[in-house]
Amino acid sequence: MIVAQRKTVPELMEILQGHPRLLVLGCGTCVTVCLAGGEREVSIIASAIRMASRLRGQPIQVEELTIERQCDNVFLEQAAEAIERNSAVLSLGCGAGVQALAERYAQKPVYAGLDTAFLGILEERGIWTEKCSSCGACVLHDFGGVCPITRCAKHLLNGPCGGSRPDRCEVRPDRECAWQLIYQRLKDIGQLDRIKKIAPPKDWSTSLDGGCRTIIREDHRI
Amino acid sequence: MISEAFQPKILAFCCHYCAYASADLMGSMRIQYPPNVRIIRTPCTGRLEVNFFLKALEDGADGVLVAGCMEGGCHFINGNLCAKRRVNHVREMLAEIGLEKERLRMVNVSAAMARPLADLIIDMVETVRRLGPNPLRTSTPASESETHS
Repeated sequence: MIVAQRKTVPELMEILQGHPRLLVLGCGTCVTVCLAGGEREVSIIASAIRMASRLRGQPIQVEELTIERQCDNVFLEQAAEAIERNSAVLSLGCGAGVQALAERYAQKPVYAGLDTAFLGILEERGIWTEKCSSCGACVLHDFGGVCPITRCAKHLLNGPCGGSRPDRCEVRPDRECAWQLIYQRLKDIGQLDRIKKIAPPKDWSTSLDGGCRTIIREDHRI
Repeated sequence: MISEAFQPKILAFCCHYCAYASADLMGSMRIQYPPNVRIIRTPCTGRLEVNFFLKALEDGADGVLVAGCMEGGCHFINGNLCAKRRVNHVREMLAEIGLEKERLRMVNVSAAMARPLADLIIDMVETVRRLGPNPLRTSTPASESETHS
């Protein structure tokens, strides 16, 4: 899922200057699961904005709403009336949600209330870890299901670097060495010979290259 | 002086298994405590959510006291430890918002600690009295809040 975290209240107050009526719009998908932008967080951030704006002498009237998914036009329709009656929208969706809103409601200022962080999973209560860099050309099959691009601090495709001690990353000792994990996993599934394969330089044209990436599926178009 | 005349309104969320029983015991033992405190019984302080504290202060409470079981003595094992983390989180948020974090405090008592609870309440009342009224109570009235989902 997409993992995000809230911006601080002073940051939000700076962003929201000059908007007397504000809609705080939550998203019921990824950011609800990572406890950053669901219905409860909408209530918390709306309350914080109301209090902070009153204390600064410029009270903001805040309306709260949470829709199922901000990155989908079908669900964005449900927020149309609420967006109409407010002077700005503070989206607690991920970066995709914020941009979907801004495109759909061209005349309305839309601001991001969260910092979208990464694609990851919940490790344990309150701890999320990045697992995927969405590089556009997955190599997990070669590395026992452990991503060296995301989880190795040096993004090495031909590791290990030689600095791990003994299963900890030398860059971040609080992290496991991805290459130790890859070795252990390949050994466990009887595919240790895969580690001998030399990986060629990765083609990064499928990643952060040439602007936003697009997928067109002719079989699904009408 | 306002600090002498000011009678703060303090909400006290009291766990059913400890602080609420202690408050009951305070009555049985005829122990006096300031009338500034409004007690709300909760099944466990772990039931209390971040927005409960924010909403109380937003709506004008001068202080919020969270009274849970002694650490290690929670009836639900770790509810009071969850509450401790949430209270600390909200105290940090209050500093961001611009409100004194001392307006929110968590204390730990057992069901037999009537006298200590009375002292903790007195201390909380004095702390909030020194801080003065919640500025949100005297500023522009709360704006309309509409919630849809």
